Amino acid sequence: MSALRWRSQLPIVWLLALAGAGVAAIPLVYLIVRAAQADADAWDRVFAESTLRLLLNTVALTVAVTASSAALALPIAWLTDRTDLPLARWWRSIAIMPLAIPSYVGAFALIIAFGPSGSLQELLAPLGVERIPEIYGFIGAWLSLTLFTFPYLLIVLRAGLRDLDPGMEEAARSLGQSAWGAFWRVTVPQLRVPLAAGCLLVALYVISDFGAVSMMQYDTFTRAIYVRFSAAFDRSSLAVLSLVLVALVFVVLAIDWSQRRDARYHRLGSGAARAPRLARLGRFRWPALTGMFVVAAISLLAPIGVLLHWLAVGLRAGETFPGLGGAALNSVVASGAAGAATVAVALPIAIVVVRRPGILARIVDRVAYVGYALPGVVVAFALIFFTLRVIPDLYQTLAALVFAYVVLFLPQAISGVRASLVRVQPSLEEASRSLSRSAWQTFTGVTVPIIAPGLVAGFALVFLTTMKELPATLMLAPIEFSTLATRLWSNQEDVFFARAAAHALLLLGCAALPMIVLFGENRELRA
Amino acid sequence: MSSAPSRSEAGAPAIRVSGVSKSFRGTVALSDVSFELARGEILGLLGPSGCGKTTTLRVLAGFERPDAGVVQISGASVVGGERWLPPEHRRIGVVPQDFALFPHLCVAENVAFGLPGGHRAWWRARWSRALNRTRPPSPRVLEMLNLVGLSGFAERFPHELSGGEAQRVALARALAPRPAAVLLDEPFSNLDQHLRASLRWTMRRILKAANTAAVFVTHDREEALSLADRVAVMQQGRIEQIGSPDDVYYRPRTRFIGSFVGDANVLRGRLSHSGAETELGFVMLRDESRGGDGAAVDVLLRPEQLELKRCEASDPEYTRIVSSEYYGHDQIVRVRLTSGTEIEARLRTDIVWLPGDPVDVVVLDEGVAFPLTE
Repeated sequence: MSALRWRSQLPIVWLLALAGAGVAAIPLVYLIVRAAQADADAWDRVFAESTLRLLLNTVALTVAVTASSAALALPIAWLTDRTDLPLARWWRSIAIMPLAIPSYVGAFALIIAFGPSGSLQELLAPLGVERIPEIYGFIGAWLSLTLFTFPYLLIVLRAGLRDLDPGMEEAARSLGQSAWGAFWRVTVPQLRVPLAAGCLLVALYVISDFGAVSMMQYDTFTRAIYVRFSAAFDRSSLAVLSLVLVALVFVVLAIDWSQRRDARYHRLGSGAARAPRLARLGRFRWPALTGMFVVAAISLLAPIGVLLHWLAVGLRAGETFPGLGGAALNSVVASGAAGAATVAVALPIAIVVVRRPGILARIVDRVAYVGYALPGVVVAFALIFFTLRVIPDLYQTLAALVFAYVVLFLPQAISGVRASLVRVQPSLEEASRSLSRSAWQTFTGVTVPIIAPGLVAGFALVFLTTMKELPATLMLAPIEFSTLATRLWSNQEDVFFARAAAHALLLLGCAALPMIVLFGENRELRA
Repeated sequence: MSSAPSRSEAGAPAIRVSGVSKSFRGTVALSDVSFELARGEILGLLGPSGCGKTTTLRVLAGFERPDAGVVQISGASVVGGERWLPPEHRRIGVVPQDFALFPHLCVAENVAFGLPGGHRAWWRARWSRALNRTRPPSPRVLEMLNLVGLSGFAERFPHELSGGEAQRVALARALAPRPAAVLLDEPFSNLDQHLRASLRWTMRRILKAANTAAVFVTHDREEALSLADRVAVMQQGRIEQIGSPDDVYYRPRTRFIGSFVGDANVLRGRLSHSGAETELGFVMLRDESRGGDGAAVDVLLRPEQLELKRCEASDPEYTRIVSSEYYGHDQIVRVRLTSGTEIEARLRTDIVWLPGDPVDVVVLDEGVAFPLTE
């Protein structure tokens, strides 16, 4: 039903929401305009053989990582949620922990472990092993991205498993299927939708990943754009190249959309609250446990262990880690500013979407989600040239960097704020108005206090993601402004492994901070 | 921009609505709604869903803007022509269907919300609570909590209240600023069935003690008849009849009202003298001025206006019992007349009626007649 109080108060909210959506749209619009102005030469250069190679590389890596993540996440989801695996509750938390390790930190750990002059080589040298298989290239990129992105799929799959009606599996069992058979013939087909959603997350992550592929020296679009940008390539062909990358993202999104439309008819009514019966692992118990342990060891213990090892090596050699504290402070400042700015931009958009649903609100919502599909490299590149051209004063400032973060992470903040806003029934606001509070007093006195946990959660989420962000920070940060991520990057490039390891560990520590806030919130919500 | 209702007159009705109309995208929600409400009077808006009763409430509260019509509160116009006063300036209390207690405030703070000085920033209240320096509730808050019988609940939070308690807090909150009228949207729909009867009585006692005019919306006829001083029956955006519960129950103006307000038996008949000839014989009518002698009418009789008498009859077509539903305090007995029409009688439970028993139907009271529309 139409609510009049918003009609009279909305212009300012609409204004802010439209402005926010406009901000989010700038990079893409700039790219399109730029590419449209590009001459035929730029297009020729882009559609040269080298681009085809980039495309093949990117697609190959995306497909490989997505497939291996699914192969890893599917059995883990089943083992931890639907079987009598010992310590299942612990495994459930442990299995998603690799999410806290940015893929480039993971890649770095792999390099210092398995690379030339890495830990393994050191270990094996006395045994006369001169060379170990090359970690750089496709293998390294594939391994590091799989190990540190499969938890995304795991989370989505697990939610999907929980929504399934356990009655289906029971029916299959009563028709003579074993637990494993029921899983493959009944559960997995029903998991198609969450599986597709999880694969989409992983695929998008891989396509836009810059740090891991660059460290592994594997040429994908993001790395190529960065390299050409550093080499002062002409803007038009960079814009065209970026657009090709964005087009690839949209192809993936389109595949997902078509899947979803198709799958809607298969979706079940909301499942029973009844807890599913756990499958007995029996003699597969130990192999399953071993498997879980191996995954945890490779994706969690090994990277952190290797980082600690190199930190110790550095300390023993008298390394003083200059600038570590300053970088940490910069990281916190940038992430805090990004969190505050993003939540501030997200709030009016969320209000419009929740309170004034309609065609315009839907457009605002969609546009605000563009950042979700844009790789950080592309946003950074577009914003650099946009600011240089339109607002030169903004170039090389912290404000420009925060601008990029807002574009990139707006979707996260919006979904957080929106979820909490949905819980504020309009009747609460109406009750406040009838008790002689104005619209503004109602907003500050009723709405904001109730959605405060959502705002804090949105802030923490953006803080966390900004902390780990690499390419945009690398390209947009003011010259003297180095963060943990950028210093990790430059130290790694200069082969200061000990220094890089110290930055990586501190980064993991700082990123764990908002995790505590997020988990605390969750506990409160559950109570 | 706007000011509190000015020129409120002492003798003016608490609420006066005249000619209010409203449509949503071409669908008529209200059409020419008019009524008045005296101070301390309780009006029940009764009707099927979608009849416009909630929209009426929202227009009064200021949550919807009518397309036409005038609304006056205590004699001062809040809606009319170009004038439209926002809800915060209307002095109208609202008790929403879900009670809408502010989850971040305790009971006392909820009740104080609309009082002068209740504008204290919420985080400051939180802060002083954390420091254990809470201010005692104001006398008005205590008075209100006392009125609704929740004196010991000041420090509780909404999630610690039962449904009935939450409702009374919402009522206390709405009454605290001494509004000209209180509006209640489906006040009992969120409460347990068996609690409703006692809560209706509590609600009526509180409203009468506060001497505030009240309008409530319901689709439950029992609720409307037992809580209201006057009932307005609405259908398709119009008020079809407004009157005392007894009026709308025994003197409905239309067949629709008659069957919506209570269980009804409808029989074909012909007007004659001051009554009508029906299958049950001659039935006295409350209102005989609805057409001349011989006109075909529908005659409405309530189940409790009928009595059954046992008789001896061997004719299988004779009036016989079909079934009886036992409720403890009374029973509903279905009877098939010779013509095949089935009617219901509400009877005491001292006699057991068995299906198939032949009976005679006696009409105890006057019926109401409606001219046939065909």
